[in-house]
Amino acid sequence: MDTNGLKNNPTIDPSTGEYNVIAADQSFRSVTEKITHIVLTPQTPSGWFALFGLAGTGATILVVALTWLFLKGVGIWGVTQPGAWGFAIINFVWWIGIGHAGTLISAILLLFKQRWRNSISRFAEAMTIFAVVCAGMFPVLHLGRPWLGYWLFPYPNSMTIWPQFRSPLMWDVCAVSTYATISTVFWYIGMVPDLGTMRDRAESKAAKYFYGILSLGWRGSARHWMRYETASLLLAGLATPLVLSVHTVISFDFAVAVLPGWHTTIFPPYFVAGAIYSGFAMVLTLAIPLRKFYHLEDLVTERHIDNMGKVMLATGFIVAYGYGMEVFMAWYSASHTEAFMMWNRMFGPMGWSYWVLVTCNLAIPLTTLWSRKLRTSISFMFCLSIVVNAGMWFERFVIVVTSLYRDFLPSSWGTYRATSWDYMTFGGTLGLFTLLFLLFIRFLPMIPMSEIRLLLPGTRIKPHNIASGTTAEEAGD
Amino acid sequence: MLSRNVVYGLLAEFDTADELVHAARQARQDGWRKMDCYTPYPVEEAAEAIGFHRNMVPLVTLLGGITGGALMFWLETWISVQAYPLNIGGRPLFSWPAFIVPAYELTILIAGLSAAFGMLALNGFPTLYHPLFNAPNFRDGATTDKFFLCLEAKDPKFSREETKAYLESFKPVSVVEVEN
Repeated sequence: MDTNGLKNNPTIDPSTGEYNVIAADQSFRSVTEKITHIVLTPQTPSGWFALFGLAGTGATILVVALTWLFLKGVGIWGVTQPGAWGFAIINFVWWIGIGHAGTLISAILLLFKQRWRNSISRFAEAMTIFAVVCAGMFPVLHLGRPWLGYWLFPYPNSMTIWPQFRSPLMWDVCAVSTYATISTVFWYIGMVPDLGTMRDRAESKAAKYFYGILSLGWRGSARHWMRYETASLLLAGLATPLVLSVHTVISFDFAVAVLPGWHTTIFPPYFVAGAIYSGFAMVLTLAIPLRKFYHLEDLVTERHIDNMGKVMLATGFIVAYGYGMEVFMAWYSASHTEAFMMWNRMFGPMGWSYWVLVTCNLAIPLTTLWSRKLRTSISFMFCLSIVVNAGMWFERFVIVVTSLYRDFLPSSWGTYRATSWDYMTFGGTLGLFTLLFLLFIRFLPMIPMSEIRLLLPGTRIKPHNIASGTTAEEAGD
Repeated sequence: MLSRNVVYGLLAEFDTADELVHAARQARQDGWRKMDCYTPYPVEEAAEAIGFHRNMVPLVTLLGGITGGALMFWLETWISVQAYPLNIGGRPLFSWPAFIVPAYELTILIAGLSAAFGMLALNGFPTLYHPLFNAPNFRDGATTDKFFLCLEAKDPKFSREETKAYLESFKPVSVVEVEN
């Protein structure tokens, strides 16, 4: 590697050899102005409207697809026997997996004191919430009678029936609804001080009211900050076991069944790693165009892209271990249905999907992400993030479909063919997700200003400057 | 006593957190109790300086978590054993290992909600009006890049002129009177 080139690069901190987390020439006010201006400017960029139109079209397609679904029932989808789960569950697992990176960035990296996370935590959390919105829709729609979805909750009713809490599907209801609630609360609480900044910088009366009410009267009191910091830390500490439990519980939906290809103990860690893998890919897919479009290269730097590449490399290898272990167990279990399932998954009529997954999740990323040059090449990382997103969708396709369509008895074998309504629903959630994200970046501060301030020079208190009896000037600041 | 009804306190503005913490610590040593610091990002030393060391948020969270977990475990047990017993492959009605997962999720749910709403409640939010917002320099600085120390009129040591002179001894950018 060309170390001289790196030394002379102004984006590299010479003391550590790492990329700077944020560019050197920023001040409290410049950072604040930059972030608040994106929201408070009366001029919405025309590119935003173009994307909004595109995403709005997608969301409209979703509304059409769902209306028809409500009128006709799940028969319009490709789900049938034996492939009873189909796109709905594939999309559910895919979307909720994407959400996991947001919680990882905002909670786990906070506990590990990875301060580079500060610039990307807010929009990664927003991504989590919108992904969970898209995910949560699918199991309910898949119920057949979605308007009775509330039967999943334990409430006293005139039928005197209650849910069955030994079922992983009930665990799933608890896990996903808790995850949605805690993510939203964590996101909002994290935003309160910034909403105070927005209120104080707003020019128009409507904006003053809007941010004034949302900020709840935040004024930065030292007492408030201490309780706030305690609550943030506790929420991070609670969200960490939560995020690990959510995909674990989702993997139980599969692993508790006796179906070959599902009934395996590797599923929980392999699902969690896969979730984080795809989630970081989605953060990159969103962050790279965002930093370019809004000129945030000083705040979301090469360091972030580089670090996310490293996380993807690590989780990608855990996923690779999961794939390897599935193949190994198919052989080692000496169960001929397991062995057949694996053969069918690789070389059966839908074997192509397995090789798409191997190419997108293993072959391309795990060979290229070693290179720092490629990890900091913005266009390469953007393309790679799309590839991994697609690969992880195919992973869920492989798990759901290739396990279901040929199980124990050849007499019950069938096939699975998604209908255009399936594709419209999936494409529609992509539109809805983008739409919600666009609204978020237009109306809320997408980078946490109060946390960015902590990354700037001069925020650390020097003990000799605050000792009583001397003033800052005397102590020679 | 008229001043206490009209004046909320005196607000000194500083450019750095170091100066603020120094002033706050000195004021605390000089016997001030009714005071607060206002900063654009969390400054732990400022809270220490005004004598705010502990808060109730962890206790509220702990109680919320215990309540959530215990209630959910009890609900699952009551449903499965009493309200709606189902024989699933001969497994015991009180199949507690299966009940752990929802109880775990509800522990996190109620603990998290307690942490968030407990913090807001202890901070007295929402409080959309506060006298400090009347100060001309507060809203431009407190949430952006300035550091404020407010000595409040409620403190028995407070007097308009003397306190103003006292705050000016810390060489702040400005000292302004905050109307109530």
